[in-house]
Amino acid sequence: MPGFLGWRATAVGRVAEIATTLTFGDLLGRWKARWGIGRMSYLVPAGLYAVGTPTADDPVLVTANYKMSYDIVRQALSGRNAWLLVLETFGINVWCAAGKGTFGTDELVRRIGATGLARVVSHRRLILPILGAPGVAAHEVTRHTGFAVLYATIRATDLPEYLDNGMVTTQAMREQTFSFRERLALVPVEVVMAQKPTVVVCVVLFLAAAAAAGPVNALFVILAWFGAVLAGTVVTPLLLPVIPGPSFAFKGAVAGLAWSILWYLVAGGAGWGRATVGAAFLALPAVSAFYALNFTGSTPFTSRSGVKKEMRLAIPAMGCALLLAGGACLAGLFL
Amino acid sequence: MKGFRYLQHVATLELNRAQCTGCGRCVEVCPHGVFAVAEGKARITDKNACMECGACAKNCAAAAILVDAGVGCASGLINEWFRERKMRGVGGNCCS
Repeated sequence: MPGFLGWRATAVGRVAEIATTLTFGDLLGRWKARWGIGRMSYLVPAGLYAVGTPTADDPVLVTANYKMSYDIVRQALSGRNAWLLVLETFGINVWCAAGKGTFGTDELVRRIGATGLARVVSHRRLILPILGAPGVAAHEVTRHTGFAVLYATIRATDLPEYLDNGMVTTQAMREQTFSFRERLALVPVEVVMAQKPTVVVCVVLFLAAAAAAGPVNALFVILAWFGAVLAGTVVTPLLLPVIPGPSFAFKGAVAGLAWSILWYLVAGGAGWGRATVGAAFLALPAVSAFYALNFTGSTPFTSRSGVKKEMRLAIPAMGCALLLAGGACLAGLFL
Repeated sequence: MKGFRYLQHVATLELNRAQCTGCGRCVEVCPHGVFAVAEGKARITDKNACMECGACAKNCAAAAILVDAGVGCASGLINEWFRERKMRGVGGNCCS
């Protein structure tokens, strides 16, 4: 149990007391999860935990059992007395689990019952993250358990101010942000997720290009592809507000086009045949656009209807661009 | 949201003002300030900022809000498309 300090006796038996400072191991674990290492099994047991020396009057905060969520919340509660109710979300963060419904009404109601929370605290208030609201019907929770739900803040780091503020949510606390730092934190996992298909594609491309034009040229081909993947998974997320257009596929294509031009200049494009130039300027923006479009899944402001609309146009366009690029390569070989 | 704007005129969000009781829950749960309450009724003030997370509809005790909420990433939608056709998906879910 991460952060375990000891046991605290309550009306329903003993409850684990947890630390509010993170250890080197916690920080290393967070770093690994950001890079997708063991991310799907990065979890803590669901249940009720004690922070500090809470009494029956102290607040109850609710979070997911993704260890990164649990760590960020307990760290925010440093120097306070509170109860932390951790829901079983199967190691998924609050926002994604709420979308799936595991951070949801049923689990919350069940967990309140299973932990005997009503006998541990004398009040009837639960503090939930705002991003948990897509899964939780507050009025249903109240109807089933008698506990009122307070949607406190979006970011756990605002919790101290919220608690000091007499549990009042300010405008800033309920305003979603997507800063450079927040986007930077998402980049590693985007890269790791893209790794597997990229390796497969690069092997196939390398073999095909090596057979047609020799291993040196083949190396250039996979470097070009790899650069396009990075344009979509790293450059587009980081420069998101600067790259023009509301469409993510368009943004990705712009980043991919920039990469095509850069690669043309760096890799001696003036010496390429027409077919190679055509293939590069078609395929590379399409690859980058695909990964940029996929980044909509990691942002906190893209709508399902918007992504659907983009996909209807962008997926066929990407397919055509790749087919044409393949055609251009073949034409360059035989004509 | 400051500095970010996604595709306009696509959100499926609908508010039935006749059913609204003006409790203000939608204002509390919306991370994009789409709603405002005035004179005892909620109002959609910035529909284009809606990301269709569904928090407002889920928390509306009067069931006055409708929105097509769900997975909003490309690979998730591709998988959904495969599932609807009873085929195995190729990629992972965005939030898997």
